[in-house]
This record gives sequence, C-alpha cells and structure tokens, in this order.
Amino acid sequence: MLNIKINDKSYQVEAGQTIMQAADKLGFHIPRLCYHPRLSIEGACRVCIVEVKGMRNYIASCAYPVSEGMEIFTNTAEIRQARRDIVELILNNHPQDCHTCERDGICELQRLTYAMGIRHRHFEGERKHYEKDISSTSVVRDPDKCILCGRCVRICSEVQKVNALGHAWRGFKTVVMPAYNMPFNESVCTTCGQCINVCPTAAFVEKSCAQDLFKKLDNSSLVKVAQIAPSVRAAIAEAFGFEAGSHCLEKELTAALRKLGFDYVFDTQFSADLTIMEEASEFLERLKGKGKLPMITSCSSAWMKCLEQFYQDLIPYVSTCKSPMSMLGSLVKTYFAQKIKRDPKEIVSVAIMCCTAKKYEAARKELYVDGAPAVDMVVTTREISWMIKSAGIDLMHIKPEEFDKPLGLSSGAGTIFGVTGGVMEAAIRTAYELYTGEPLIDIEINDLRGFKGIKEGKLEIDGKEIRVAVAHGLGNANELLEMVRKDKERFHFIEIMGCPGGCIGGGGQPYAGLNSLPLDESCLAARADALYNLDRHKTIRRSHNNPDIRRIYKEFLGKPLGEMSHKLLHTHYKPKEPKGIVPTEIQAR
Amino acid sequence: MSRYVITLCHGSSCMQKDSQKLRQAFEKELEKKKLSEKVKINLSGCLGMCSHGPIVIINPRYTVYGKVTENDIPELIESHIIKKEPFKRLAIEEDHLFNRFYRVFGDVKFFGKQMRIVLRNCGIIDPENMDDYLSVRGYEALAKVLTKMNPEDVIREVKKSGLRGRGGAGFPTGIKWELTAKENSDEKFVICNADEGDPGAFMDRSTIEGDPHTVIEGMIIGGYAVSSNKGVVYIRAEYPLAIKRLEKAIADARKEGFLGEHILGSNFSFDIEIRLGAGAFVCGEETALIHSIEGSRGMPRPRPPYPSVSGLFGKPTLINNVETWANIPVIILDGADWFSSIGIAKSKGTKVFALAGKIANTGLVEVPMGTTLRQIIYDIGGGIPNNKKFKAIQTGGPSGGCLPEKFLDTKIDYESLVAAGSIMGSGGMIVMDEDSCMVNIAKFFLEFTQNESCGKCTPCREGTKRMLEILTRITKGEGVDEDIVNLKRLGTMIKKASLCGLGQSAPNPVLSTINNFMEEYVEHIKEKKCRAGCCQGLFAYAITEKCIGCGVCKKVCPVAAITGEPRSKHKIDKNKCIKCGLCVKACKFEAIKKA
Repeated sequence: MLNIKINDKSYQVEAGQTIMQAADKLGFHIPRLCYHPRLSIEGACRVCIVEVKGMRNYIASCAYPVSEGMEIFTNTAEIRQARRDIVELILNNHPQDCHTCERDGICELQRLTYAMGIRHRHFEGERKHYEKDISSTSVVRDPDKCILCGRCVRICSEVQKVNALGHAWRGFKTVVMPAYNMPFNESVCTTCGQCINVCPTAAFVEKSCAQDLFKKLDNSSLVKVAQIAPSVRAAIAEAFGFEAGSHCLEKELTAALRKLGFDYVFDTQFSADLTIMEEASEFLERLKGKGKLPMITSCSSAWMKCLEQFYQDLIPYVSTCKSPMSMLGSLVKTYFAQKIKRDPKEIVSVAIMCCTAKKYEAARKELYVDGAPAVDMVVTTREISWMIKSAGIDLMHIKPEEFDKPLGLSSGAGTIFGVTGGVMEAAIRTAYELYTGEPLIDIEINDLRGFKGIKEGKLEIDGKEIRVAVAHGLGNANELLEMVRKDKERFHFIEIMGCPGGCIGGGGQPYAGLNSLPLDESCLAARADALYNLDRHKTIRRSHNNPDIRRIYKEFLGKPLGEMSHKLLHTHYKPKEPKGIVPTEIQAR
Repeated sequence: MSRYVITLCHGSSCMQKDSQKLRQAFEKELEKKKLSEKVKINLSGCLGMCSHGPIVIINPRYTVYGKVTENDIPELIESHIIKKEPFKRLAIEEDHLFNRFYRVFGDVKFFGKQMRIVLRNCGIIDPENMDDYLSVRGYEALAKVLTKMNPEDVIREVKKSGLRGRGGAGFPTGIKWELTAKENSDEKFVICNADEGDPGAFMDRSTIEGDPHTVIEGMIIGGYAVSSNKGVVYIRAEYPLAIKRLEKAIADARKEGFLGEHILGSNFSFDIEIRLGAGAFVCGEETALIHSIEGSRGMPRPRPPYPSVSGLFGKPTLINNVETWANIPVIILDGADWFSSIGIAKSKGTKVFALAGKIANTGLVEVPMGTTLRQIIYDIGGGIPNNKKFKAIQTGGPSGGCLPEKFLDTKIDYESLVAAGSIMGSGGMIVMDEDSCMVNIAKFFLEFTQNESCGKCTPCREGTKRMLEILTRITKGEGVDEDIVNLKRLGTMIKKASLCGLGQSAPNPVLSTINNFMEEYVEHIKEKKCRAGCCQGLFAYAITEKCIGCGVCKKVCPVAAITGEPRSKHKIDKNKCIKCGLCVKACKFEAIKKA
C-alpha cells in the first residue's frame, strides 16, 4: 500500500496502478477521452492531466503510476483551465454541426465539452478537411470528425489484430486512414465495426440505409420481410435510455416492425436452428472422416472476410454453412415466396442485425439466390432504433406481438447464437443427440460461457473425446488459429465470432450510455444474460426439436446436407488479397 | 611514404562549394607535376570554418587555405609543395580560434576559448582510415575497458565524469547507464541517436563524418557496461556521407576484431547495425525513435516506462546521442577526474554548437561548458557582420528561446540556459541582428515545430496551430489586443501538457520573444509597425524625391504596380504592390524606401 494525497486529502492506495485507476477507486472521476480500459494507454488527448507536486509539467493520469508520498491535484484552477483549453482545442478543429450529426446527444466529445464548461471560444481558426470515405459496404469514415484519440487504431490492432487503420501525415494534417490512403473497401478492413463502437464522435459510423428502407416500406407493391438477429433484442432497449440487460424487447420489436410497415417479421433464430442442423451434421460427417478437422464455424461475417485475407490455409477447415441471416434470406426468396405465391423479385428481404459486417455479407455475390441477393438490406440495431423513433413508434409501451410463421419459431439454442460460445453450445446440444440418439442432459455448458478470450471444453460422444474451443474477437481468434496451425489434432470443433463478446458486442449495437463505456464488459455480460434467460425460459431448447425446422426439411429441404440444402444453405470461400496486405507467397520467404 | 598531406574539407558547406571537383583537380595537377607519390589527399569531416569554404589544409608547414578554386591549384602546389612557402593569396592568416587551435593541437593551455573533445579527430585524421584512428589512440579506451575494468567500473567512471546527455535534455549519462545495467533481461540494446533534426544543425553529422570510429568505440563501451550485445545507430537517410563512412567504419572495426564475437579476445561480443530514419523531426525523441526502428510510425509514447526498462522491442535499451557517445572514449582514457575538471558546476565537458545566422564566422564550434554566449559570438564567431547591431541569440534549435543582449553573459550550461528562458538543446545556435523581426522569427520556428508535430497529442497538434495562426495574423497587421494573452495562455499550457519534448518546448521561441521583445509585439499589434521591416503586411514601398525617372523599377516590377513618365518621379500603386522588393534592388539611386 502507498500513502498518497489527492487534493490535500490523504489516502492509502495499492501500488502498481496509475493515478487514474487509484483516483477512480476513491471516487474521483478525472475527465478523460482517449483512454479506454480495454486498450493500451495512448496518452494522446491530454484531457486527464493532473498536477503532481514537484513535477514541472502536468501529468497524464492515465499513464503515470502512483508512488509513495505522491501529492496529486486534480481540480486546481490552473488544471481546470488547461483541461478546458485542451478540450476547446479539440472542439475548434471539429465540425460545428452537432445538431445534424448522427451522434448528437450520444457523443463523448459533446458530453466532455459540457462538463468542461466551455461557453466561449478563444482559439478558433482553420479546420482540417478530408473527403468522407463511403466506399465500404459497412463503415463510413469521416476524418473531419476525427479527434485523433486513436481508439479505432488501437482496437483494430490490439483487440482485432487486423491493423486496417493507422495514423498518417504530421502536425495539424494528421489523419487516421487505411494503408496507402486506399478506399476502405480495398483495405484489409473486416467491416466488423468495432471502430464505430469505440469512436467517441462520429468519425466512424455505419453505412446507413435507413432512408432507403423507409422508401421501400412505403412501396405497397412490394412484400416487405424482416428478420431479427438474436442480439438485437438483447440490446435495443439501451438505445432508448435503459440500462443494458434491463429489458429484452423481442416481441415489442416485432410489433414495432409491423407498425413500421413490414408485412412479415421472421426470426433469425429460426435459421440459427437450421444452421445448427446443417453444421452439426457437417461436423459429424467430418468426424466420420469426410472432410477436415477441426471444423471452424462460419456464421460471423467479419471473421469470414478475415479468413479469406489472413488464414487462407484454413479455408478447407471452415464449415460451408452460410450464416443464419443468409440462410433465412435464401428461404425467404424461395420457400416463402412459393408459399405466398409471389415472385421473389417482389420481395424485399431486410435483416435487422447487431452487425455492420452483415452489410458486407449481404452484398457477397456468391450468396445470391437465382441472381438476386438473399438479403436486400441490412440495418443495424442503431439504425432500426432511430427508424422507430423517427416513425413515432413507442417501443416501450407497444403491445407485444409474435413472429410470423413459418420462419419465426425458434429454440433456445438459436437464441444463444448471439453470444460467444453460443453456437458451440447449440451445436453440441444437437450433435450429441444426432450421434448418440440420446438427448444431452446437462445442456448449459458453463466452460463455454463468459468472456475469457479463448475458452476450451471437452465432452464425450459415444466414448470419444471431443475437444472444442471458442474465441471471440479477431485478436483472440488469431491466437487460437495459430494453435490450430501448429497442431491440427488439438481440437475437433472451433467457434469463432469476430466481435468481442460475440454478436452482442457487434459493431451495430447501441452506443454506450451516459454512465458506461463502449465494450464495457459488464454491459456485454448483461446482454449475454438477457439471451441466456430467453433460452432458459423456452420449452424447446434444442434446434432439432423445433417443429418448424422439422417441417421445412419435410416440405422443402429434404434432409440436412441434402441436395436442396447444398444449393441454398451452403457456400464456399476464396482467398482475397486486398491492398495493404503482404501476399502469402512473400510472407513465406 | 607520402611527404605531404592535403586535407580537403568534405563538410556539406564546402561540398556545395565544389570541394569534390577540387580533389580531382588536385590529383590531376599532382600527376602532372609527378608528385602523386609524395602527396596524400585526405577528406575530412566539417572543419567548422564554413564561411571561408572550400577549405584546404596542407601539411607540413601547416597552412589553412580558404575559398580555393580549381584555377588556384597549380599555383598553390607550386608555392606550398615545390617552393615550400605558403601561398599567401589564399592562406587564412587571421587569428581565428579555429586556426589557432589547429596550430597548437595537443597543447591544452593554448586551446583558447574553443576546446575540442568530441571533434578532437575531426579534420585531423582520415575518417575512412582505421590506421589513422588507431594512431590517435583509437580503440585504446575499449582495450582498457575490456582488460582492466569491469562494467561497474565503467559506469562508475562515466557517472563520476559528470557527463550529461548531449541530445538536449541533459540527463546524467552515468545514471542512465546504471539504470539500464540494473535491468535483468535476456537481451538489451544500445542505440546511438543520430537523428539530428534541428534545421541548420550538423554537429552529429560532422562527428560521424569526421570520426566515425569514436562513436562506434563509445557504443561498444556502453554495450560492455550495460551487458548488451547489440547496437543500433539510427541515422537520418539525408546523411549519405555519414552513413557511408559509418558503414565503412563498422566493416573495418569488424575486420579488426573491435566488433563481433569475442572482441579483442575477451568474452564480450557486440555488433552494430545501422537503421535509417526517413527524416521526421520527432524521431529524435527516444520513444518515437524506438518505434521507428521497430517499424512503426515514429510517435512518442508516455514515459514511464523509460527505455532503460522497456525500450526497443520491449527490452532494456541504452540510448544516447552521437555527441554523448563521442565523449566516452576520452573519459575512459583520460579519466573522469580530468573530464570533470572541464566545465562548471553541474555541466561538465564541452558542447558542440552549430553557429549560424548573422555572424561573421558560421560553422561548428566546441567550447567548454561555462563559456558565455558573448565569448562564442564575439571571440569565436567574430561578431555581427556589416556593422549591424546584435539583437538576439537562439540556442537549442527550433524549440529554443531567443535571448536578448542582457543575457549575453549567460554561461552555457543546462541550468543557466533554462533559467534564461532557453534550452541547451542539441546545439543549434542562431544569431540575429537588428534586421530580424522577433515576431516573424517566432512564427518561423513555430511553423517548423507545428509541421513536424507527430499529431498525437492535442496540445502540440492543435495548440501550436492556433498559436501559429495568431502569430500569422500579427505579422499581417491584423493582431488584436488579446493575442498576447492568448499566446501566453496557450504556450504555457502546451509546454506543461504535451506528451513529449517536442511539444513541451515548441512554444519556447514564442514565449521567450514575448518576454524579451514585448515591445515588438506591441508595435505590431497597436502601431501596425515592424521595426525590422520583415513583416510584409506592415510596410509599403514608396518612391522618394531621389527618383530620376529612369524606369528600371517599372521594368522589373512583376505585377506592373509602378507607373510614371520617363524622367519624372515614378509612383507605386500600394494595392497592386506585392512587396517583392525587386524594385528596391534594381534602383541605382536608392530612391525606393519602406514606409
């Protein structure tokens, strides 16, 4: 323990922590901006400066360790003015368009400006200007709004290990950009959208199609079909001011979508069940020697792009199953179109997703059905929340409604798809029974829950030990896949989700609230609990027990891995070499 | 055996003045006179007498020749080598300290106000010749260290010498070594910071160009002291000659067993590799430099941890500047006691400065710590040319402060310069006379630091930009009363809140000129007047009664701002005039004046 003083009061604090950490525990909240607990210390914004007795300069409290006898001042007139001036300097090089900005009211810079009490501008002058990069299907980069906190650069390199972003140029012209200032869509960006999550301003936002969707919803000659991803229901209440996990608005959202103008509202959890049927069957086939092991899941769109760029040698190990979103989209344009006797061209298939990478996935040509996209539009949780507010729909007091048939009924296994470990858990529930013919008794697999970077588990199927592993976030995935590259025998089945926490931490989820930080683990845990609760309260908790799944195989698909399945529910991946990546043959040298 | 040695200065200033061609011309002429066997031509690093370049020294009968051209060579050889008498026309006879120093090299008492420790071999030995270095006790310090001293002894000696970092901050070198030596690690690195970035500064370049082995020897000793086996010289790619010589020196040292496995038969192994920097000013900052070597963008990071704990690739790293390294062999050979007898209280040894600006003798000077600014300017630098008045001296490169006349008796040491409102920096020294506008000077330096800011931290990136905008406004005659207050407010905040040394010192030129030349700021703002006549927004050209109507000014004016009939007084249209000054230069009658 160390004895320190903060603002002339004595405290005992643990050694080995920074001034900021010590102060946080003592009830001081030193203002901050570039700091993020999940990322490395940047020390760039200089908002968290404090005075320390005996030091000539101000000290960035996020970076400096406490030491015995240290006397810290967090709130002197001098430091208040310095901090105020620093925030003003940031503001003076930032577009003054708060009222028309997408993050108006949910902007960290705005909150900080308010807290600093900036009521007068002393140092206005030139502002930097760069063109917006709208080339990506998923993420829009607006350098004008960038305050160079470096969080995006850090999350992309440290948490995701993708390194799509970096600082370029110097001085006042400094800007964050992809390699060689190439358009985003030509870079290594996996479109995961984590940069959006951690950005304190609107320098990164999703490529919105909300306005287009409003137009389509107005068109009465079209059949408007929606599907909702599991994680959307777990988090959407946050966009309406509620604490994470306090409300799970599944049926309310269904009702709201109908009010918005959708004709049919389906559940991506239904196709998650379908994915499990296909994937579990595929796994068992591979286990029998038909195909390579370990099998790696393929539901996460960001992970798929990452695979094609960085793990081309592992492509044969990845499941050929399409993601639940694309499976449902395919069925909407075929099975469902036949059912309602409409031309698939008259159907608009919209996916409400927690994810920005799904926008990229929807645009993939190889996932098209009969020459048209299986999913025409993807809107994120944030976009749909805005649409609901914009249309004047009261989500919180709406009368709950059920999903439409025949693609709306789901098991608990489909629900937990949204959280890291969930796909694996769901697959085990089904694979076990498909293989042994007996139901798995203890279906909640705790080894696979929680937010440890890499989770490992094993189970016995018919006397055979099956070793499984789960990674969430592309950085953890990297570690796990390096293990796989070294030892192919170590695991049989691997689940990878591109975002920290799985889909619940997706790049399209609501921004952090007043008292939380983006990607805060407690927020992710609350969202995960919401999904686990839904699962627990369902009577059907195994995908193969879903009666509508059984029916669709009987009526339309035949059997898992059958001819129809192969046509509609499976795909293949090809190596991609975007600019800014060292080609494999050079890496090998 | 050669009987004569011709030393050609190969510093950048002399090279610009065609010292290259001189060498060929000498060779040709010697050939012609059949003297090639008898005369050896050496290329030296900068001799520091740039204003007289190109410089040639011929030995024996030591004579320094200046402003030598190709055409002078036959006569020069005829006179000095054949007739054996100095060639009077080009010989620099003046009692320049540089000159005196070379004449009496070796006799400490007569060093006068210059004293060469770092540059001791520059211009004396052939930097590309290992034997030359060995002949001036080269690698003797290394041999001494490896045979008679253990690492603790070396560190004790360096600590005792009082040597402080010559890169600018002045951190005690011995303590840095001790901290690095204390760390336990499977691997440690030694880095030589040769990323000399101050505009106009060339101390480190000259040291490497003139005496690369000294730096290498210093680094090997440093490696031995902190038990590191790997050294890296980070040098900017704009220094091709320095790089070439360093490469050769490293290769030669390897060949002779001073680098590599089991140096001089000991158990100590050490090797050095060169890494080129792309020229970012901020890469002189140690953490940015380390990032750059690692292959990342050169951006500083917060300290602690210091490089001595976590440096290159996360390993303990000892990083010193070229000049610091060059001091090490001397300290080991001649002892800490001798070294610490030079200089004053807290600053020991000498410091090299690149003297530039409005001064008679521009070039490199090395003086003992404690020398006053006045001695450098007037005794060594030869005072201000053209009978102009001294106005200010800036020490420490673009982020140093500008000191007026009243600080001229300030002693050169780390603390006194800071107390006066400037810094030691890495050794830039720029003299300004009455024709320099201090607001404009402040703007000029701030423009440099603003452009070279890495863009990471807010105060430096955004704050210096706003300061620059205010200064630009003032120099355009658009200054307002609160500008000075705002400049001070921003400047003080930037100094105290910035992440690295670049930002922490960037406001120095502005703050020091506000402190020392407040009246000029006030004049610019209130009276819209620039007393030095530098700020284009603050004066206009007018044609006086002296005009005879010759029409020359009218012809040279690029924007047709001048009108007038032949043989009658001409007029300048103030709205059209762009103040290029061409008319002033063209007028033979001094009829055009600033008003």
